[in-house]
Amino acid sequence: MKNENLYNYILGIADNSLILGQRLGELCGHGPTLETDIACTNISLDLFGQVRSYFQYAAKIADDNRTEDDIAMLRKEREYKNVLLVEQPNTNFAYTIARQFLFDIYHLAFLSELEKSKDLTLSAIAKKCIKEVRYHERFSSDWIKRLGDGTEESKQKMQEAIDGLWTYTDELFHQTEADKIMVKQGTGVDVTKLKDAYYSSVSDVLKEANIQMPESKYFQKGGKDGIHTEHLGYLLSELQYMQRTYPNMEW
Amino acid sequence: MSEEQTKNLEDQFEARIARDEKIEPKDWMPEKYRQTHIRQMSQHAHSEIVGMLPEGNWITRAPSLRRKVALLAKVQDEAGHGLYLYSATETLGISREEMYEQLHTGKAKYSSIFNYPTITWADMGAIGWLVDGAAIINQVPLCNTSYGPYARAMIRVCKEESFHQRQGYEIMMKLANGTTEQREMAQDALNRWWWPSLMMLGPTDAESVHTEQSMKWKLKRKSNDDLRQQFIDQTVPQADLIGLTIPDPDLKWNEERGSYDFGEIDWDEFWQVVKGHGPMNKERMKARVGAWERGEWVRDAAMAHAEKKQEQKEKQAV
Repeated sequence: MKNENLYNYILGIADNSLILGQRLGELCGHGPTLETDIACTNISLDLFGQVRSYFQYAAKIADDNRTEDDIAMLRKEREYKNVLLVEQPNTNFAYTIARQFLFDIYHLAFLSELEKSKDLTLSAIAKKCIKEVRYHERFSSDWIKRLGDGTEESKQKMQEAIDGLWTYTDELFHQTEADKIMVKQGTGVDVTKLKDAYYSSVSDVLKEANIQMPESKYFQKGGKDGIHTEHLGYLLSELQYMQRTYPNMEW
Repeated sequence: MSEEQTKNLEDQFEARIARDEKIEPKDWMPEKYRQTHIRQMSQHAHSEIVGMLPEGNWITRAPSLRRKVALLAKVQDEAGHGLYLYSATETLGISREEMYEQLHTGKAKYSSIFNYPTITWADMGAIGWLVDGAAIINQVPLCNTSYGPYARAMIRVCKEESFHQRQGYEIMMKLANGTTEQREMAQDALNRWWWPSLMMLGPTDAESVHTEQSMKWKLKRKSNDDLRQQFIDQTVPQADLIGLTIPDPDLKWNEERGSYDFGEIDWDEFWQVVKGHGPMNKERMKARVGAWERGEWVRDAAMAHAEKKQEQKEKQAV
């Protein structure tokens, strides 16, 4: 492939939206209220819309007859490049919200930088996505506050979820080899520079929600290099089911 | 109010409906009108919400990104219809919580069709094509029903349903024109969904208890049997067009009537499912009740938070 670094870089961005969209899709019809059900489905829809833009672009770059669906659904587990955070399960609504919030704050900052990319396609996709992600971030932040500053039970559940997912936050700022090359070329975002602002924004919302910012300094990483948690395999077996069972068909 | 006065109001009320005027939430209405509308509208809302489950079942396994997005959007539309219809029903003096309670305890019904399982991807096509197709036939006349909020809700619902129906047919068309496996999958789905879809139009006129009163209030404009015939006449050519076979050996065009004759519907199966003993009745209710119970702490928290915010606001105002 002529531009393998760019291809891998796009996958690194898109896989986050793909896997998080898939997780949210599991909840459709099972939410705590109709309104939250609709909102979570809406976020899932936005994310899959983004995924399509990225993978259509990646397919063009790969130029080997693969389609957006081949890229989304026919890779091996070790070839998915999403961060560990987004593949974590919907343990309960607090986990769903905490996962969303911890990703949204990052996602918004990331897209604001990607908008400035020298790659005009990526810049255009970022411009379109940022409007949607601004809404996601507002939704998840509001719910962090509602649950954190709601009842004793909700506060405890919210704290547990933040504590439980905290270990996956640092990976967001880890740079892969493709990242480094893309940053040098002016195409990619230097995620290391987003870290301080990220933790400061997260801290502001948590403070308002009466949730304690975890102090743990032990973090997990590996997703960006394809080394995932055990959860991903099951998610992929559903995501890929039709494409694997009925190969080479159109739907 | 004297009996004579009530009678007078009732006469005026019926005359308004006869003149095609809309009844609005604050207007006087007979108690039976209110109760009948609460029953039908909440049943309709429940059907939208329970109807999310069989299709939601395939969101994570949709075969392509395009299909996944379309399915998510469709199920989200159904949630929107539910929300819209619950709100319209609330104008009659019942809360959403009370309606949920009726659903969860089995007091309120929902469309029986959702008590069948979705076991292959083709079921997403069959549901859109047949189930939404039958729903539209049921619902289009309701755009002119007498109760204003219901009529207005139905105008929007019908627009979206007709989009869903085309989308479902397009899924079937793609399968029917696909590989042998895909064609078989499509035919199998049609075989399983055809008869339950016919049952969706309700029991035969002889068995239907609500028809006469509902006709008067424009909650119904055609009888169940007429609607069923309309559905069959409209759907058979669509099946022919994509080379699928309707699973009814007695189906035959009747030149004289200008309609299709069709075989006997298994009403024992219909009543079995209505009474709660269909293949998925228990699972559907378990899913709804489970979501509601698991969500209780979330709703409590949202309420507590809103109260705290309100208190703060009041303090600041002082």
